[in-house]
Amino acid sequence: MAIPETIPIIGVSWNDVLFLLFAGLMIVSGLLVVLMRDIIRCGLAMIVCFGALAGIYVILGAPLVAGAQVLIYIGAISVLVLFAIMLTQTKAAPVRLVFQTQAVPSAILSIILAVILVLVIGATDWGATAERLQIGTAALARILFRDFVLPFEVVSVLLLAAVIGGIYLAKREAEPGEEAGRR
Amino acid sequence: MTNSLDAYLVLSALLFCIGTFGFLARRNAISMLMSIELMLNAVNLAIVAFGAFNPLLREQGSIIALIVMAVAAGEATVGLAIVIAIFRNRRTPLVDEYDAMRQ
Repeated sequence: MAIPETIPIIGVSWNDVLFLLFAGLMIVSGLLVVLMRDIIRCGLAMIVCFGALAGIYVILGAPLVAGAQVLIYIGAISVLVLFAIMLTQTKAAPVRLVFQTQAVPSAILSIILAVILVLVIGATDWGATAERLQIGTAALARILFRDFVLPFEVVSVLLLAAVIGGIYLAKREAEPGEEAGRR
Repeated sequence: MTNSLDAYLVLSALLFCIGTFGFLARRNAISMLMSIELMLNAVNLAIVAFGAFNPLLREQGSIIALIVMAVAAGEATVGLAIVIAIFRNRRTPLVDEYDAMRQ
């Protein structure tokens, strides 16, 4: 038996319900990322935020981007961030003071920016199609490896350079005068 | 709702503003980097949404989003390495204590 397009009683389509669910999850966890005091919990909320965004990509009809989101953001970047958090936590650091003194002005600025963006989005005619276009993975691969080969290769060289640079920067140079207990 | 571009763009705008606030307000350098990741994700969502609703873009939107993701991975690598290198010298992850140029 096929699942009906809309929820029987309310008449809302499943896509809308899922979209609202993922959107709410994403906004709430995004707020938690910037508002929570414990930074390791911020990192975990960031993973939830990225996962919800991957769900939105699926609803949007871009499954390859959703897969890449899970692999790159949840699998790689979040782990990197969590490791960096663990490496830079000191007990001496004053954890109570999470925000800068400019927190209130920046909150006001962000809200103003959000209002402006929403107004602009509402007022502009984007020339969008009425229905969502389906993005085929096969066509995407064909374009990626034919028209976009040069950016693809440039990105791979960039990633190599970034990895080498990251190793060089984070590498600890062993100085002879350094005491043994210090990391 | 899921068949209108505006819903996705508004969502993307909200996430971007959350990231902006986090970048401006947090004291911890890694929190600031996480906020940058949020902003990059917001822009990615907007790009993919444009690709899904504009017949001229279509697959190109997804490709641009994938390239942005790869560049974001490189940015996170180098940024976190810089934070760790600074932490090794200054013993603190808080950006308002990086005041060597002021003294």
